[in-house]
Parts: sequence; structure tokens; C-alpha cells
Amino acid sequence: MDLENQARIKELAEKYGKEDLVVVLGGAEAEASGLAAETVSTGDPTFAGPLSGVSLGLKAYHIFELKEEIDPEIYDEQISMMEMVLEVDEIINEVKTYRG
Amino acid sequence: MSFPVIKGAAYALIQASNMLLHQGTTQTSERRKNPTSEHLEKLSQHLRSFQEAVSYPPNQVYIGNMTPDDLKDIPRPWYQAPVSGASRVGKHGEIMPEDEFLGLMKIVDAFDLVVLEEEFQTGVKGKISAHPVLKNIKDLDKLSQNPGRLEEISRLVEERLAQPIYFNGKLVGCVKKAHEFDEALSDHVMFENLVGKASAVFALMLLFSRTELQPHEVEYIIECSEEACGDMNQRGGGNFAKAVGEICGCVNATGSDTRSFCAGPAHALVEAAALAQTGIYKNVVVLAGGASAKLGMNSKDHVKKGMPVLEDMLGAFAIHIGENDGISPVIRTDGIGRHKIGSGASPQAVMTAIVAEPLDKMGYKITDVDRYSPEMQNPEITVPAGAGDVPLANYKMIGALAVKRGELDKSDLMKAVAGFGMPGFAPTQGHIPSGVPFIGHACDMIREGKITRAMIVGKGSLFLGRLTNLFDGVSFIMEKNGGKEETSDFSKEEIRAMIAQAMKDFAKTLISNE
Amino acid sequence: MLQGKKVAILGDRDGIPGPAIEECVKSAGAEVVFSTTECFV
Repeated sequence: MDLENQARIKELAEKYGKEDLVVVLGGAEAEASGLAAETVSTGDPTFAGPLSGVSLGLKAYHIFELKEEIDPEIYDEQISMMEMVLEVDEIINEVKTYRG
Repeated sequence: MSFPVIKGAAYALIQASNMLLHQGTTQTSERRKNPTSEHLEKLSQHLRSFQEAVSYPPNQVYIGNMTPDDLKDIPRPWYQAPVSGASRVGKHGEIMPEDEFLGLMKIVDAFDLVVLEEEFQTGVKGKISAHPVLKNIKDLDKLSQNPGRLEEISRLVEERLAQPIYFNGKLVGCVKKAHEFDEALSDHVMFENLVGKASAVFALMLLFSRTELQPHEVEYIIECSEEACGDMNQRGGGNFAKAVGEICGCVNATGSDTRSFCAGPAHALVEAAALAQTGIYKNVVVLAGGASAKLGMNSKDHVKKGMPVLEDMLGAFAIHIGENDGISPVIRTDGIGRHKIGSGASPQAVMTAIVAEPLDKMGYKITDVDRYSPEMQNPEITVPAGAGDVPLANYKMIGALAVKRGELDKSDLMKAVAGFGMPGFAPTQGHIPSGVPFIGHACDMIREGKITRAMIVGKGSLFLGRLTNLFDGVSFIMEKNGGKEETSDFSKEEIRAMIAQAMKDFAKTLISNE
Repeated sequence: MLQGKKVAILGDRDGIPGPAIEECVKSAGAEVVFSTTECFV
């Protein structure tokens, strides 16, 4: 995960707290999406960025997981085509493992 | 309408492992934050030799010795499937080793910023003097002048007055800053800009060697890389295009730079097409050099996965657009795709704007296009880095769009993808993979009757510049030339002029008969 | 999950970009406090 973004997420977590703040991902594949979910939850496993060893405990979801909550028309317009392109199940399974 | 044509294309790759270590931004960032990092320690064990880079199948495709379709038959990992007997010289271009390129950087340097150590300089002078494409290059004699002493080079680097130049792990030169404190002329910026200039020069020289185009025939050059040159009062003032043309002997050309991140080349080709079609300029060259900053961009993931660091290649290309010759593939300027400011950012909005809308305009279905060339990044580089297989994702998006439009059955999606898709083979050099690497192959395939039309797609991440959240994309169709019908498209003025000339000639014969 | 929450979006240029996710989560009653799009190429 981008180092600058790690810093921003850290700031936001301090400001809003882990109960109020949710991270939503748009990653193209499972491993990278999982890595981002892990980084905002238990810390940066690559020990490269500001979240190395920092456990924010934030919950991260891939946008595919939130389909039920989104206005169907908007979901169709913005996301649905990518359901045919990306490995949806694989991504969801990977991301949810980091929510404890 | 007489469409402009693509008359030729040339491609260059330069292996730059030492630049990867010392100028790639992933490495420079790491060195700044964590100089003793494990990554930096391990990285040099993952570099490959020049011969390994030459025999790497995707690189052979880039320079035209193999086709993108050939790659489909080679099981991955490709880095474990070297092409036997592979040559650095290709049908469409060449792969150059780093030492020769460093010599070229000094040749193209107009402000004495590149310093090469004497012995190294003499060595590369010999190589470039013997290079079939570069032996007559302007300013070759710079390699006989002002050699540097190693102590002086070390001092400049240590005092942060210059970027180091290494070869085989040894300091052999440097690029000095061009101003005491102007950040736009810092050693770092000058290094990147000279890399961009030198690699574009190589691509243009290759274009002249591989096609009939002569330097003096070029009337306009559009450079479309992602670099910016200027000083602190005009940081992106330009003009790479003329700087490149000057070295290559394009005495009749002017030029300018076009920018739009990775979509730059597609924009530039559309501009070139317009200039050639209107006759404003007969011969236009669109070109770009490579980006040293991006070398080893995803190397952390490659090292972690025990792979060779495959982002050790600088890429460059040069494409000649001209008036319709009745033979070369045309650019269908009546159906240019563009992502509009109001198009929206969702993938389907982007693909609708740049793929579906122009096809609608020309009366084609998505499946009427034989090949699509979107962003042709080598998946072996991007998949381990978490970006997925970028061309494959683009092909699936195009297929999914066809499904949504009712032009394709969902169960046939992957079959369609296999039909109009190709494996990615270009290095992750930003603007370099963006549609253009296939143009040389497409010209061959259209000429050989293997395909009739291809769509070239460029997409750009404008949000990286932090001025807008917009995305960008441009596309055009290249198509088999209709031949005479296309060229016999005289305008009324031309016919009037011909009749007038015939009457004048007739009148002259009457007078001389009297 | 989203109603009344603050959302930080990490979009992907070659997956789902930030602005597309923004539209979605807003429709679910969340407030976007950060949105970015990563690029690996």
C-alpha cells in the first residue's frame, strides 16, 4: 500500500476512531486487496510505511462486498461491469480474512 | 475522405540495471528512508544480464523479432523461457546495453552536464562508432572530448552536485546539475531528461534505419513522454521534440511536446494524423523516450517473490504518420475515441467513451475489431505487484461492454477475449506500453492480410498530478488501406486546377502552332 | 455497515477507481472523508 496513503489513513483513524471509520477498497486482485486490508487492520506487513507495527484495527471491505447497501442503479452504472472482469469471489475471500 | 496513414514504426529498449539501482524512484525513496534496508541489500542479486534481457521473450516481441501471438505459446514464467539464438537487433528496433546508452547520453548532451571517465568513454566511443545505426550520429566526437577523472566525478557525486552514473557496479561518470539552486534544473531532473532525450534519439535513428523516411523529410515531431523540461520560471516549457530532431538531422522539422500521462502517445498520434490529413505537415513523427524513474518500480514485489527484477528496461518508440500513400494502414480520423471531461470515472464509463462511442460512429460492433491494443504492460511484471494482468483486464472490460450492449453472449466472453486480445509484452514505462507497442506488429499483420483493423487505446491516470481526479483515454482505429479509391478522392479545387492547367496547356499549343 | 459511517477509499486505477466507489458509498449513506486511486503502472 502506498506510503502516503498509509499516513493519511493513520491520521483519519486518530481523528475518527475505529468505530466510525471504514476503509473501502477497489483493488484489482485478491493479494493486493488483502494486503491493504491487513495494513489498515493489524499493520503494514511489509514494514515499509507509517503503519509498520501499528495496529489501527480498522475494518476494510472491498466495494464488491457492499453491493447490497448501494443504490442498485448506481452500482450498475459504476461497478457492475467490473464484476465480469475481476475475480470477485477470490478478492472477497481474501479481504474478509483480515476483519477478524 | 483521404485518411492519413501509419508509414512505419521503430522501437528501442535499453537495459539499464545500474540506473535501476541508483535512479529508480522505488530505490531512491528507500535509500532516503531506510539506507540499510533488506530490499536494497538483496536487489542486486536479482538483476539480470544483458543477454538474459535480450533473450527474454517479451523484449523480442517489443523489437519485432517475435509477434505478440508467439507469446501465447510460451508458458510462463517467460523469464525461464529464453529465446534461443535471440539477437539484440530486431525487425522493428533494437535492444541496447547500458554502456552504449551512457555514451549516447553524452552525445545528446548540449550543455556539458554528462561527464564520463576517460577509459569508459574511450570504450563506448569504439562501440558507438561501430554501431550500424549510430556510427554517423551528429556530435559523436563528444566522446573524444572532455573526459572526466574519477576523483573529480566522485567529488561531484559526494557533494551532491551530480547524479552518479554506474556501469557494472563501478562509478564511471555523472550528470551534473545545470544550475546552482534551480530545482527544475537539478542533477536529478537533468538526468531524467537526458535519459528521455537519448532514448528518443535512438528510437528516431532506428526509424530512419528501418523505413524509407529520411531525416530531412520530417516536418513535425511530437514528443509524448511523461517528463518535463524547463527552468524554474517555466518548469515544463519544452521542447524535447526539437532537441531530439536536432541530433537526428531533421533540419526541416519543428515540433512540440504533448502530455497526458500514459495516454500521451495516443493523443499525439491523433494530432499527427490531423496534421498529415490536412496537409499542414506531410511527414510527422510521434516519439518518446523512456523513464529512468520507473526502473524497478515494483522491484520490492519481484525480489520478495524470488523473481528477476524485470523492470530494468527503458523503452522508446518513434512512429511515422504521413499522407495517404494508398498502401500503408490508415488512421480512421472519422472515429476517434475520447474520454470526455463529463464522461465519468467508472471503468464502464471510460470504456464506453473510448471504445464503444467511436465504433458506433463508424458503424462497427465491438467484435468487428480484429485486435485491440490497450495498455500492453507485461503481466509478468504487474501480476506479482498486485496490479493484475492489465491488458487482460482491459480485454475483459471490452468484452463485458459488448455483453452489456447485447453484441456478445456472456458465455462467449472469454472466447472473444482470446480472439481480439494479446498477451502484454511492454515494460512498465508509463506512456510506452499504452497502445503503441502493437502498432509495428499491426502494420505487418494488416499488410500480410492477417487482420483488417485494430484499435489502439491509450489511458492515463491524470489524478497522479494532483490537479484533477479525472481519468483520461483516447483511441483510434488503424485499418487496411482501401487503395486507389481512397487516394482518388480529389477535391473540387484540385479538379478545377487540373482543368485550368489542361486549358492553359492547350492554349499554349494553339499559340505555338500559329 | 456504511450508513452514517466515515469512509476512506483506496481505489485502484486497474480495479475500481476512487470516484466510482465514492458515488456508491454516498448512495449508501456514508460520508467520504478520503478518496484516492493507486496506480502500479
